[in-house]
Amino acid sequence: MDLSYSGVMSRKKEILRKATGIDYGKFEISPVAFDYEGLMNTCKYSIEDAKRILQETGVGQTPLVELKNLTDFVRSVSPPGKGGRIFIKDEAANPSGSFKDRRAGLSVYHAKKLGYQGVVCASSGNYGAAVASQAAKRGLKAIILQEVYDSRKVGQPEILEKTRACEAYGAEVWQLTVGPELFYIMLRVLEETDFFSDSLYVPSSVKGIETLGYELAQQVFQQEGRFPDLVIITHAGGGNVTGTARGLKMADSFRTTVVGASVDLKGLHMASDIDFNRKSFTTGHTGFGIPFLTWPDRTDVPRNCARGLRYLDRYVLVTQGDVFYTTELLAKLEGMERGPAGNTSLTAAIALSRELDRDQILVVQETEYTAAGKLPSSQLTFAKENGIEVRRGNPRENVPGKVIVIPERVDQIQVENFEIEKLRHSYIENAIKMTKGYLWTLEDIQFLAEDSKTSADWVQKAIESLK
Amino acid sequence: MPDAKRGDLVQIHKVILDPSQRPDTLPECTRSVYYECWVKGFLIDESVNIGDEVKIETFIGREISGILKQVNPVYDHNFGVPQKELLNIGSESRKKLGKMKNR
Repeated sequence: MDLSYSGVMSRKKEILRKATGIDYGKFEISPVAFDYEGLMNTCKYSIEDAKRILQETGVGQTPLVELKNLTDFVRSVSPPGKGGRIFIKDEAANPSGSFKDRRAGLSVYHAKKLGYQGVVCASSGNYGAAVASQAAKRGLKAIILQEVYDSRKVGQPEILEKTRACEAYGAEVWQLTVGPELFYIMLRVLEETDFFSDSLYVPSSVKGIETLGYELAQQVFQQEGRFPDLVIITHAGGGNVTGTARGLKMADSFRTTVVGASVDLKGLHMASDIDFNRKSFTTGHTGFGIPFLTWPDRTDVPRNCARGLRYLDRYVLVTQGDVFYTTELLAKLEGMERGPAGNTSLTAAIALSRELDRDQILVVQETEYTAAGKLPSSQLTFAKENGIEVRRGNPRENVPGKVIVIPERVDQIQVENFEIEKLRHSYIENAIKMTKGYLWTLEDIQFLAEDSKTSADWVQKAIESLK
Repeated sequence: MPDAKRGDLVQIHKVILDPSQRPDTLPECTRSVYYECWVKGFLIDESVNIGDEVKIETFIGREISGILKQVNPVYDHNFGVPQKELLNIGSESRKKLGKMKNR
């Protein structure tokens, strides 16, 4: 068997078909369009099924906590009558400490049902730990592939912690150096083992998150007699936004504004051996957030079920320094030591609460566990060791990969609005590039309209403007 | 005395791709270095030394081989050192909140 890079990559389709149990080709309509809902339905669980399956392993039904002190603190710097109520979904209460248990909970169950002996997952973050934990509970074997080290063998402390967690759950962990060849290794391991590809982007993984949106809408409704006005979601690959937004709709929470939030790491190259250790956030940042919104089908499966642009109403950016400050506030004012990466959406909530009326409700839909390697103190120690300047001041002076500025006051926390129209245009532009030479049909236009949360008219106009 | 014997927890190292085998699309700093990996498991060989080619049984019972790097590898990530840029955030915000609530 040819195990060279090009040899393995040429067998990609075949390997993934076997490793997901899905014939992706069946859902292709044209080079542009595919049957998204049809693909999602290959994983035939209703929302009630999903909830029940997750409950079997103790996933879900996490507390919804109103952050009253933090809301008061934000109100002290808000215009009169402003300062919406901030609630947080304490997803750290899941077995492996993050909402990723919902994704892994459903996908590992699904893998077992399909008869796989084990699962393979490429993740340096909480998802890897969640898959390892769920595999332990379901009696499957887990192999987790992590991008951990730069070429000096210096590892991001947060990822080193994730290696430890995965091994604690009994997984085989491959600690790799920087590079997109992670995908090549994944294919090799899948071929060698015949395990299930527990990608973040398979239907079961995205469906698991629907329970989060569904559950939080119901909790808010039960407690407050109304649905949330705003739900803020940390955005990276798109699964969190997609699943949560779909779950909100399933709970009839149609008027809730869906906001994605990412840490601004613009300018850092995700495949760079040098930039790798110049960032304090390994996910939830623009390095994944923007490329995945403007072209979701760039993943380890032929078609990505996580399609953020379909569901986002607004996309905002915060700085690394803002998130560290917020993490401190959450611990000191609310007695909840979490994150920091999972506090990206909470940081945005501080800024957005000041735009809302006092009786309006914002829900931050996740927290994550914290530990050695993850804490702001360990992240900032590492940043300084890698030549990053850290100081207090105006967070607008943050420069990704160079300077982290921790705010001096809460009113300095602001979001940068990333124009969603611009993302939609880039998406159409990418679709044109990727399907060069193919003549689009009306069905394609309709697909792109749905996929970008616009209309056929809007897509036509966008195409014209790009000519 | 050999560095490790059968059953010891060890870490092995493998070079997966030489720089020449890496895709052209990578940034120069990444393309010019080896693509490497480290895996832990229990030593299968009877007695070996650091630097030897060895076989291990991973935590899920798979057998893989590589160069022996460490015996009883430690997790050495930690909580970091106290950061002066973070130390006062709690007291500043509590003071401000306290004043507001007592008003």
